[in-house]
Amino acid sequence: MDRRFFWLLAAGFWLGLSSIAWALTPEQIKPLAEDDFDAKAEALDQVIASGDEAAQRILDALRDEQLYANKAGQILISHGDSYHDALTDGQVEAKADDLQPIELNNVLREKLATGLAGLQLISPDRAVRAHAIQTLLRSADSALKPLIDKARSSETDPSLRAELDQLWASTMLRAPDPKRRQDAVAMLEQRHDPQMRLVLAPLLGKQSDGTFIESDPTVRKRVEQVLASLEREEAEIQFVGTLFAGISLGSILLLAALGLAITYGLIGVINMAHGEFLMIGAYATYCVQNMFISYWPGAFDWYLLAAVPVSFLAAAIVGLILERSVIRLLYGRPLETLLATFGVSLILIEAVRTKFGAQNVQVSNPRWMSGGITVLPEMILPFNRIVIIGFALIVVLITWLVIQRTRFGLYIRAVTQNRRMAACVGIRTWQIDCYAFAFGAGIAGLGGCALSQVGNVGPDLGQSYIIDSFMAVVLGGVGQLIGTIVGALGLGVLSKLIEPFWGAVLAKIAILVLIVLFIQKRPQGLFALKGRSLEV
Amino acid sequence: MKRKLFLHAALLSCTLAFTAHPLLAQNSAEPIKVGILHSLSGTMAISETSLKDVALMTIEEINNAGGVAGRKIEPIVVDPASNWPLFAEKARQLISQDKVAVVFGCWTSVSRKSVLPVFEELNGLLFYPVQYEGEEMSRNVFYTGAAPNQQAIPAVEYLMSKEGGGAKRFFLLGTDYVYPRTTNKILRAFLHSKGVQDADINEVYTPFSHNDYQTIVNDVKKFAQGGKTAVISTINGDSNVPFYKELANQGLKATDVPVVAFSVGEEELRGIDAKPLVGHLAAWNYFMSLKNPQNEAFKKEWAAYVAAHNLPGGDKRVTNDPMEATYVGIHMWKQAVEKAGSTDVDKVRDAVIGQTFKAPCGFVLEMDANHHLHKPVMIGEVRPDGQFSVVWKTKEPIRAQPWSPFIPGNENKPDKVATGKEFPNPLDLGRLAASAR
Repeated sequence: MDRRFFWLLAAGFWLGLSSIAWALTPEQIKPLAEDDFDAKAEALDQVIASGDEAAQRILDALRDEQLYANKAGQILISHGDSYHDALTDGQVEAKADDLQPIELNNVLREKLATGLAGLQLISPDRAVRAHAIQTLLRSADSALKPLIDKARSSETDPSLRAELDQLWASTMLRAPDPKRRQDAVAMLEQRHDPQMRLVLAPLLGKQSDGTFIESDPTVRKRVEQVLASLEREEAEIQFVGTLFAGISLGSILLLAALGLAITYGLIGVINMAHGEFLMIGAYATYCVQNMFISYWPGAFDWYLLAAVPVSFLAAAIVGLILERSVIRLLYGRPLETLLATFGVSLILIEAVRTKFGAQNVQVSNPRWMSGGITVLPEMILPFNRIVIIGFALIVVLITWLVIQRTRFGLYIRAVTQNRRMAACVGIRTWQIDCYAFAFGAGIAGLGGCALSQVGNVGPDLGQSYIIDSFMAVVLGGVGQLIGTIVGALGLGVLSKLIEPFWGAVLAKIAILVLIVLFIQKRPQGLFALKGRSLEV
Repeated sequence: MKRKLFLHAALLSCTLAFTAHPLLAQNSAEPIKVGILHSLSGTMAISETSLKDVALMTIEEINNAGGVAGRKIEPIVVDPASNWPLFAEKARQLISQDKVAVVFGCWTSVSRKSVLPVFEELNGLLFYPVQYEGEEMSRNVFYTGAAPNQQAIPAVEYLMSKEGGGAKRFFLLGTDYVYPRTTNKILRAFLHSKGVQDADINEVYTPFSHNDYQTIVNDVKKFAQGGKTAVISTINGDSNVPFYKELANQGLKATDVPVVAFSVGEEELRGIDAKPLVGHLAAWNYFMSLKNPQNEAFKKEWAAYVAAHNLPGGDKRVTNDPMEATYVGIHMWKQAVEKAGSTDVDKVRDAVIGQTFKAPCGFVLEMDANHHLHKPVMIGEVRPDGQFSVVWKTKEPIRAQPWSPFIPGNENKPDKVATGKEFPNPLDLGRLAASAR
């Protein structure tokens, strides 16, 4: 931020107070519509500095991208269908085709945000003031002092007052009196915000003549201490972040692998088309989304709730058909099953590609899944990941209940443990195979529905998860749901722990090597199925 | 019997090709065969399908306007399925079996490297339409995409300028293969030359179709606490979607840390909700949002073609930089064939150099003797509708430097491709091809 701009801002502010508002002239704001960056920046500075009603109007319109210029260079603000002159607010006749929108780049956008924040420090609305303080904290400049002093004297809300004090402190870091500088550093420490390092670190730098920017050694020492403590806090935040990332990745792997835990783990079918069930679930979500867009746009935010059962059913039905038409004929011939399901997976991919195109399709997050929650300064947990972790838990719970608490689950377990004996006591094993396979496919469909919220939805979606799914199931121990759960979460957390040190590529390799070593040592996986079940 | 006939025909055409080629060219009844070598399945289908479509559109346009010197073009489309060795096989089939006059194709550098020896051995002609890392110059290839000095370096200069935010630290993030690694090598050398220290550069790679960017976005945040940071992304393919989603969800805004991408265009943003990305940057030589008569015509033609052939995606289909480069390439080849009066590779090669074409990017582009196009550089910011608004561009097209001066050992590399007569004897071919790689 250049200093002159803030002086202008401050000057404008005082002038505004003494109600000798500088009226903006059309010539001053005309460069906003021009291509020359410097002229544009200058014009924006002048608008901010003038600080009057028209300026506020222009700045708001710029922020909302409602500012246009017509061919004569007149600046207009759009209100839906009608256009108003930016300075006089009088309505102007204009055709949308003749208007050129006034666009900002990142630098101008930041200038605008700071300018707006400066004006908003004394806004009557508490939320607006709070936001303004947050914005200004990121760009401390002593030129802001008069504005902040003014805001401090009028601020009544105690928590905002404390933040304002910290903001004020950040402008005092270059004060002539070392005592005040030291106080300012102490005050900033109270924020416990690693972002403050951006403000503090430059103090330890050297000027061009070799002397320190912060001339007083005691203050320098204090700054070093604060920086070190912020560094520690940063490391803690990082660790929590890594853990969350690992659990999130693990929950995604779990959703992808859970269906496989049933089809491969329990019924023993090596199903290479498992990834495609994920893909079908994701595409089902996409279709539901499109249906909501065309028929119930008002309820769009809730399309995901409808997509959950649809994706389950879509994948389950395809699973049922696959089982009846292909896999049924190949029980007990794992190699042929592997090849046949691989072929089926290619057919499914090509079918989807023909129907929906080779391009990825867009599945948007509902509004309540965008953004994130700030738990610690500098740590935002995205909502979509939190929702998916919760969803994974629910799916695991349902699966567990079905397997452990229902008759159908009992049959599945019986067939898994001893197919012949189960058949002898009157269980229709072919029917159980069929339903269990469809159930596993349906669970994979649910996984696909969840994946559509974090990753890409394209015909190849399943391919990128199939290997990871098999890894999770094999690592956890074939035939055990709990094994898959621990395996998937373990893989997720482990790879996130390794990634910061070795990078994503090496982390992937390291994980594979670790699994190979582990399987060498313990071929049955983490949780071995006990009893006589392995004779199949 | 049939086979015998075919053999005879092949023999006859061979003899003809050697003895009376110009005569053959005058045979206006005979259509000219051209090859289209783009992946229509596999990972790269996402990007390359559109190039196939736009190539067919351009050929249809030329045919409807009377063809090339009165002869129609007959496209032969093959699918190398994102499988790099298969690219070489298909290229060989196109040149030696189908006898195509020219091939338009390839996207990834690894596919181009795979077909290069085939084109050099059989003296074929390839038009390559995608921005790439440079370090290559073959007499059998015309590069209509950007070299690093026409995309990457101006973008970084922009980021360092006051207008671009005055970035001091750079996070180089890419997919792990030849293009990002070479580009980042060039950028690192360039940044060194501008006085940026190694401590202020971080280089990170992810595998193809990586989709968990939590750690990396965290790292970017941490890195940005050391000063004004910009991310330079050479992430390729669909990994971009989870990357940008993660950026948005973790609250990293373009005003804090701008991301400039070299492989993200309109097509890639089609699969993504662009609103949280507003302000992030891309560097290209063409944007769909450009306003000029050539681009309006190009966009209209594309929309009409999509509608007429009922292509998937329908009215949501967009144009992008490599599509424009494909369009320009085919037109340049057409003009060259008409100038040379023949489809013979050696003659066309000489005729392409110096060809100019009024391209949809709004400039008259010229093919240089180094087989690369002169191109304007543009920086675009993402708009909420997934299009880009141009925030900066060069006044004139820039000449390509395929051998980047920022890579040591490039000082003595030739500045242009040897033409027909200057070309050394064929025995040296292999050696030269090897040095070109």
